[in-house]
Amino acid sequence: MAQLTYREAVAAGIAQEMERDESVVFLGEDVADAGGVFKATVGLLERFGPKRVRNTPISEQAIIGAAMGAAMTGLRPIAEIMFSDFLAVCWDMIANEIAKARYMSGGQISLPLVIRTANGAGSRFGAQHSQSVENWAMSIPGLKVVAPSNSADVKGLLAAAVRDPDPVIVFEHKALYASKGEVPEGELVDRLGTAKVLRQGNDVTLVALAAMVPRALEAAEQLDREDKISATVVDVRSLVPLDTKTLLAETSKTGRLYTIEENPRLCGWGAELASIVAQECFYELDGPIVRITTPHVPLPAADALEDNTIPTVERIVETVRRTSG
Amino acid sequence: MTTRSTIASEAARPTEDIDERTRLSLYRLLLEIRSVEKRAYDLFLQNLVKGTSHLSLGQEAVAAGFAAAMRSDDYTFCTYRGHAHTLARGAPMVGVLGELLGRQCGLMQGKGGSMHLTSVAHGAMGSYAIVGAHLPVANGAAWSAQYRGTDQVSVCFFGDGTTNIGAFHEALNLAAVWKLPVLFVCENNLYMEYTPIGTVTAVQHPAADRAQAYGLKPINIDGNDADAVYRVAREWIGHARAGRGPALIEAKTYRTSGHSRADPAKYRPPGELEEWLARDPLALYRSRLIGLGFEEGTLRSIEGAVQRAVDEATEAAKASPPAPPALIEKDVWADGGSAWRN
Repeated sequence: MAQLTYREAVAAGIAQEMERDESVVFLGEDVADAGGVFKATVGLLERFGPKRVRNTPISEQAIIGAAMGAAMTGLRPIAEIMFSDFLAVCWDMIANEIAKARYMSGGQISLPLVIRTANGAGSRFGAQHSQSVENWAMSIPGLKVVAPSNSADVKGLLAAAVRDPDPVIVFEHKALYASKGEVPEGELVDRLGTAKVLRQGNDVTLVALAAMVPRALEAAEQLDREDKISATVVDVRSLVPLDTKTLLAETSKTGRLYTIEENPRLCGWGAELASIVAQECFYELDGPIVRITTPHVPLPAADALEDNTIPTVERIVETVRRTSG
Repeated sequence: MTTRSTIASEAARPTEDIDERTRLSLYRLLLEIRSVEKRAYDLFLQNLVKGTSHLSLGQEAVAAGFAAAMRSDDYTFCTYRGHAHTLARGAPMVGVLGELLGRQCGLMQGKGGSMHLTSVAHGAMGSYAIVGAHLPVANGAAWSAQYRGTDQVSVCFFGDGTTNIGAFHEALNLAAVWKLPVLFVCENNLYMEYTPIGTVTAVQHPAADRAQAYGLKPINIDGNDADAVYRVAREWIGHARAGRGPALIEAKTYRTSGHSRADPAKYRPPGELEEWLARDPLALYRSRLIGLGFEEGTLRSIEGAVQRAVDEATEAAKASPPAPPALIEKDVWADGGSAWRN
């Protein structure tokens, strides 16, 4: 095992796949010489050269279009969109073109490509550089969507995304880039569409994604310590495909489901999960499904505001304490 | 019309640079496109083709001239007005008509429809119905060819209206910076949907006048003259294939039908349509061939063969079963299915 930061694990995942397969190419703004604005691609240019690691202008449509055209003609591109908020600038390419090309062409076009992007709050960047927008992608048929919460997962899921024959959007979390975690030595390839049970409990099931995962774990420890409430914690990891088997099973065991979502309230991934659980394991539930989300507001910039907008450990603990009795 | 002088000089040019076989295949392509599209229109009137359709009647010379100059492994990217380009690359008529009719024999088995004709086997890499979207995608195919070292060329067709959308400018800049083997071909048919392009564009030639902003040469051609198109296509495809970078070509032409099925085109000034019909690319090319000494009988036999082919394709498409409901949940993913959960 090696201790890697999340950002080092991103670079390691890309490098592992570029080393293995010459058809893997990488493009984005500031990704080459500068190693990415989040320093998540440091060393790739030096290792693989400017033919495979390409800086682009600030032209998100051109970046995603280039990835699409390259993918349909034999390459496996990885495109970086610096902040996930900027997906809106090239949403036509993603939602109208990439997601639909295979279907509309009757299966003639394959798009084995990856879009990596830095998602989420915690950096005091304000409303246009802090959003959690994974539900935008989740709502479009034809896109696979993952959002890893730790170093090993980001390397393994990134590798799985590169090898997948379909377009995958990897939402990296900018508040996690500096976090450290153990990453197995050697080749690491994870599986899309798999959730992970991180903690087993008896009373409540906390389901979280990306940066909300460490908070859910911390809240679970606190609930155990202070309230003798025993919590299961599940990391969703993959929104499309969604591992409903694990999520339904873990909800059924405790009879109480809490979703912990960084996105604003309406149409977050937890709403879909709640509807699945309500429909398919309603009689296993011992109480209402509770969604803990960001209020339905744009994100404020000031630390005192941002910290109290996205779900905190305190809010998770307090909500579970108040509602699980 | 400045194009008249172009025609005059065209006729006076030495003609040996285009061989007889190419000329006959150009004529055949023009005929095939015209005949299939006229048939598509008839099928609309019979209410057999549903939805919308954007015909290239009057614009056929651009598709024919470029396709004749392309190699079979080159890539075509076109717009929702894409029947002509898809047919020109050799996609079967029955597949095109079948797609318009929503039949199982359609190129995409009815999954795409008129605006999304695709035939990857023929290098027709898709028809894109969001204005401007396919220019960046054409870059990607060109980048891939450059990376793989295959000397394939990507040719991207679009209308004059596209020159005012952001993706056009993003794509042109990246193509120039990366020196990609891609040709951007503007079919300037004078109208952005229902609006004269000149009233919404800052420059006279919507594509060519933008070329210098990307370090490219302004190239204006007569889009109704298949020979003129073919010559320019041959030259610039060769240029791109040799690794000398992209080109932006503006072909002036005219669609003699409306923007789409729904458009009676009442916005045309009096006399304009008639003036362009007098320069119809098919009639023009036929008289050119006769002038060059081609036998009337040779041309008639091509015309007969094309008409028979269109009739046969129409009957075959009509006989094909409707797209089956089982296709609805097919081909979202590479595994052939659409599952989003386990």
